[in-house]
Amino acid sequence: MRHGKYPFIIGFLVVPLALYLVFVVGAYLQMFQLSLTDWSGYGGFSYIGLENFQKLWDDPVFWIALRHNLYLLILMPIVTIALALFFAFLLNSGGKKAGGVWGSKVYRVIFFFPQLLALAIVAVIFGRVFGSDKSGMINGLLPQSWTPWLFLADERWALTCILVVLVWQAVGFYVVLFSAGMGSIAEEIYEAAALDGATKITLFFRITLPLLWDTLQVAWVYLGIAAFDAFALVNIMSVNHGGPNNSTQVLSMQIYLNAFQNSQAGYASALGVVLFFLTLTFAALTLRVTRRDAVQA
Amino acid sequence: MTDVATTRAAATKTAPATDKQRRLNPLNGVAHVALFLWALATAGPLIWVVLASFKNNTEIFLGKPFALPETFSFTTYTDAWSEAHIGQYFLNSVFVVAISTAGTMLLGSMAAYVLARYKFPGNRAIYYLFVSGLAFPTFMALAPLFGIVQSLGLLNTFTGLILVYIAYSLSFTVFFLAAFFKTLPHEIDEAALVDGAGHLRRFFQIMMPMAKSGLISITIFNIVGQWNQYLLPVVIMQGAGADSKWVLTQGIANISTQAGYHAEWSTLFAALTLSILPMIVVYAIFQRQIQAGLTAGAVK
Repeated sequence: MRHGKYPFIIGFLVVPLALYLVFVVGAYLQMFQLSLTDWSGYGGFSYIGLENFQKLWDDPVFWIALRHNLYLLILMPIVTIALALFFAFLLNSGGKKAGGVWGSKVYRVIFFFPQLLALAIVAVIFGRVFGSDKSGMINGLLPQSWTPWLFLADERWALTCILVVLVWQAVGFYVVLFSAGMGSIAEEIYEAAALDGATKITLFFRITLPLLWDTLQVAWVYLGIAAFDAFALVNIMSVNHGGPNNSTQVLSMQIYLNAFQNSQAGYASALGVVLFFLTLTFAALTLRVTRRDAVQA
Repeated sequence: MTDVATTRAAATKTAPATDKQRRLNPLNGVAHVALFLWALATAGPLIWVVLASFKNNTEIFLGKPFALPETFSFTTYTDAWSEAHIGQYFLNSVFVVAISTAGTMLLGSMAAYVLARYKFPGNRAIYYLFVSGLAFPTFMALAPLFGIVQSLGLLNTFTGLILVYIAYSLSFTVFFLAAFFKTLPHEIDEAALVDGAGHLRRFFQIMMPMAKSGLISITIFNIVGQWNQYLLPVVIMQGAGADSKWVLTQGIANISTQAGYHAEWSTLFAALTLSILPMIVVYAIFQRQIQAGLTAGAVK
């Protein structure tokens, strides 16, 4: 029975594992090594100790980018989940037997579509939607006599525009996800509660939300990952790659700029190392929270 | 997922009976307004892009974004296709995604199968090595990744891009499929073993067909994910003559920058429409499978 087991296992694992080790694990390991060097991205390098980290600590742009990432990391999941829950609730409020509200299938199809577009394409579209003259969609809709809004060129609003686009693309996916979750809640539970005189709003907060908790947690993690990146949006939409005046600067943009435009690949690697530990902490915290909840349930 | 869909489809047929009851509910009025507004917010920018693709620059700068174009001219499209190289970028994307998705599926299911159903020393360690990749975003190790691809002489080659796509897709593919292979029953597998089927045969002729639904889900997930990739091609497809090997996302982002300098917005809108249309067509046909496939990883 055990005949040929090990050759088979090795045969099946060697190629995927080799690719993964070279391009993924290799890249992360080298990141630690390169963070201690002055590598420019081409050619050789020499070790400079912790100089990159010292520079990072003193770099105001790093702290600005980190703050923007936190802003997106907190607001994007909250807004997306709130909107998606609201729409999913409306779509399903007719009850399972009634098949949800009229036209719910069409809405689900329309809402979901942006999920299929590349974030880069979405960024190009919204770069024009937020255009700061009459050629932009929103300014074009405003009355002719109004002064056009600057949107992405305005330091105060540029990051909010990025947030809006992230939410615009994500909501539909979570509407479908939460709808599926709501659909799997037994109709009898609602009927029993409705007989007891519970309103739809009470049903939502007392039954739907608690029973949907697991799906919400998954959504939170997914959205956190999406909000953490945002590279395509910032690189394509923002003025001067993170501008105006660093008002849309995020960490992914900083890594890219340092590695490929400022020829400071060593410094970019140090940024990566710091992020690595931040992410690790975040992941550990999430795991801890999830575990406690599992025990409670 | 399909169960939910079918019960829902069956349920709609009984809807007329409760129609009156629902019309009386004031919440329904609010619901329709809210849902309609979001549908408008979702579809609006896309409709605007399509309309603008037929307009010339003067018309675009007039405002009135939802006015119909004066004349429907397709010259912007032929310009975008050939002069702005959208045709080339599109074909590059199709080529890269076709090969790398196929590669991801083959290698990912091989690794997942072995890790899920065979006991051997190091099994757990290798599994966690694959899965740990899920925790870290791709952009983190950008500089060293560039260095690795460069030192292998694969910078600005399709081979390099495909290998990197596969490597970075393996984490989720292995994670998803290993869980899936674990749930498949052992009886048939063991019966085949008794009948003398080898390891390879059991994998290709028994496990793969049994895992079909999971394989389809994760294939859709990988196609959409790799088709939409922007960061990795930007990093790998650079250097002399790189623009002929760009993928669609990269090409359109570049046209967008160029359009800013030359005020050639109509070509940009035509290019955008050309990239959106195939997605609409594919989505219209496979809508249910796509929704199920993309959400499958998130609901148990």
